[in-house]
Amino acid sequence: MRPGARDDRPRRPRPAQPPRRPHEGPQQSEGLCADRVSRGAHGHLILDGVSLAPEPGSTVGLLGPNGSGKSTLLRLLAGVLAPASGVVTLDGSPLTALHRRDIARRVAVVEQQADTQVELSVLDVVRLGRVPHRRAWTPVSAEDERAVHEALDRTGLTDRADQSWHTLSGGERQRVQIARALAQQPRELLLDEPTNHLDIQHQLELLNLVTGLRVTTVIALHDLNLAAQYCDALLVLREGRVVARGTPRDVLTEELIAEVYGVRAAVTCPGDRPHVRYLGTLR
Amino acid sequence: MTTRGLVLAVTGLALLYGSLAVAITIGPADIRVGDVWSAVAAHLGWGSTGLSPVRDGIVWQLRLPRTLLAAVCGAGLAVCGAVMQSLLRNPLADPFVLGVSSGASTGAVAVVVLGIGGGAVSLSAGAFVGALLSFALVLLLSHTLGGTTDRVVLSGVASMQLFSALTSFVVLTAADAETTRGVLFWLLGSLGGAGWTDVWVCLGVLVVALLVCLGYARVLDAFAFGQDAAAALGVSVARTRLVLLCVTALLTAALVASAGAVGFVGLVLPHAARALVGPGHVRLLPVAALAGAVFLVWVDTLARTVLDPQEVPVGVVTSLIGVPAFVLVLYRTRRAR
Repeated sequence: MRPGARDDRPRRPRPAQPPRRPHEGPQQSEGLCADRVSRGAHGHLILDGVSLAPEPGSTVGLLGPNGSGKSTLLRLLAGVLAPASGVVTLDGSPLTALHRRDIARRVAVVEQQADTQVELSVLDVVRLGRVPHRRAWTPVSAEDERAVHEALDRTGLTDRADQSWHTLSGGERQRVQIARALAQQPRELLLDEPTNHLDIQHQLELLNLVTGLRVTTVIALHDLNLAAQYCDALLVLREGRVVARGTPRDVLTEELIAEVYGVRAAVTCPGDRPHVRYLGTLR
Repeated sequence: MTTRGLVLAVTGLALLYGSLAVAITIGPADIRVGDVWSAVAAHLGWGSTGLSPVRDGIVWQLRLPRTLLAAVCGAGLAVCGAVMQSLLRNPLADPFVLGVSSGASTGAVAVVVLGIGGGAVSLSAGAFVGALLSFALVLLLSHTLGGTTDRVVLSGVASMQLFSALTSFVVLTAADAETTRGVLFWLLGSLGGAGWTDVWVCLGVLVVALLVCLGYARVLDAFAFGQDAAAALGVSVARTRLVLLCVTALLTAALVASAGAVGFVGLVLPHAARALVGPGHVRLLPVAALAGAVFLVWVDTLARTVLDPQEVPVGVVTSLIGVPAFVLVLYRTRRAR
């Protein structure tokens, strides 16, 4: 990818935000925060004392090799898994004390690759986003319909609402899942390697879409240059522990890449964002 | 409710009413729709029937409960199938996937052949208890084995095999030819013994089960992308699964106890209903119920008339007619890919 391309994307205005703190502390209680969370499976720790408190409205990238605990951290943040120790809070209340429905009205999740055997249309999938907002035995409200149509509009899918899910490409499916997440009207959006199965054009489109939203986003990514280009802050995990956190410029150094990924790389900083060029493996 | 929904509801109910009215008049004794009405009115205390006691008996004691039970069974089995298929994310799931029908047959055989209960327990009661025991075994097994969806299905299959083997063992070792024939007829599904008690019990369970399932309709929609996705949409997966498994198992047990294991309806009618109104459960469940009711009313009418005076087990006819119809539905809705 050409590093010069990164300034083309529209930046969302954020004048009303407090000054950035380079190292986000776990004390912050607004929004979704993880405080020293751990989680094990089959006798070993997958996540070991990780804290994360995203700046409201910012995009935080989760980096790390496979098995470093990115997905587990996202599942803890979504409240789908409970931490073995530590706590995940939403506006100060532990997720374990909240109703699942109430969490889903605030926090939306987009998986790596979602699929179904059910014959659904794009509109059907986006409407699933209203499930946490609806009560049993009640019909669809005007608010539900408005949220669905706004989500379709925001993702440019209005014309394709009636298209079958099974005829969509991988990139289009992810866009539909993001529309579904937006229909939940979340303030926090969690994405687990959403660009994995996409070609480069759809990767850029998806990240432009996601980072342009007015939500706090935590996104696990594999591609360091995409992370540098699109994220406001990065958190790097290795074997379940945080090895670095901060702005892309602070985090993405040749030393860190060598340490975490075992890869020799040259990092240049043509603008305010670093660019990584891989030179070879270390071992 | 949208206009389309209203049209669908009115059409469906009219179709069901028409099917019931016409199906009751079909048979060796010549009965007209008007006769049915006067018999119903008389038994509800409005006026007297102009019918002879024999004709009144045919309508009120034989055809009416039997046709109504067919409708209730068809509706219940189709609803159970639709719920199971969505809940377990398995298009092959049907009401019997939890081993309920095989448990019921073992219970029935234990009463009829082995004489358990000493004559105080009816075949239906035995079947009901057997069905619940089998379901309890499935719940216990699937919980012990990890509680995931595939474990539920596998536990159901295991339980089904176990109880089928028990039934065969008892029938082959202990029953005489006449009893075997009676049990076999019931195993294949038969509405021949329908009485008013069966109708009221099954109808009551059906209404409750349908209301509970409709309450979970939007939650069932959320299972389309798997249980993790459902959990991320705010669904408490474990509770939903337990409630819906119990409700559908109870309904299936009640239906099987009255009418035997009528196959095919619960497997296929939900797919046909999906082809008709799409996968949203708010519409799918009522439509599946209506479609199942109409389907089984006609199939039972055929089963009792086609080889008159002999009767064919309704389960045999459901499959003989249903399979070609099913292939047609699948063919017409095949994906254009």
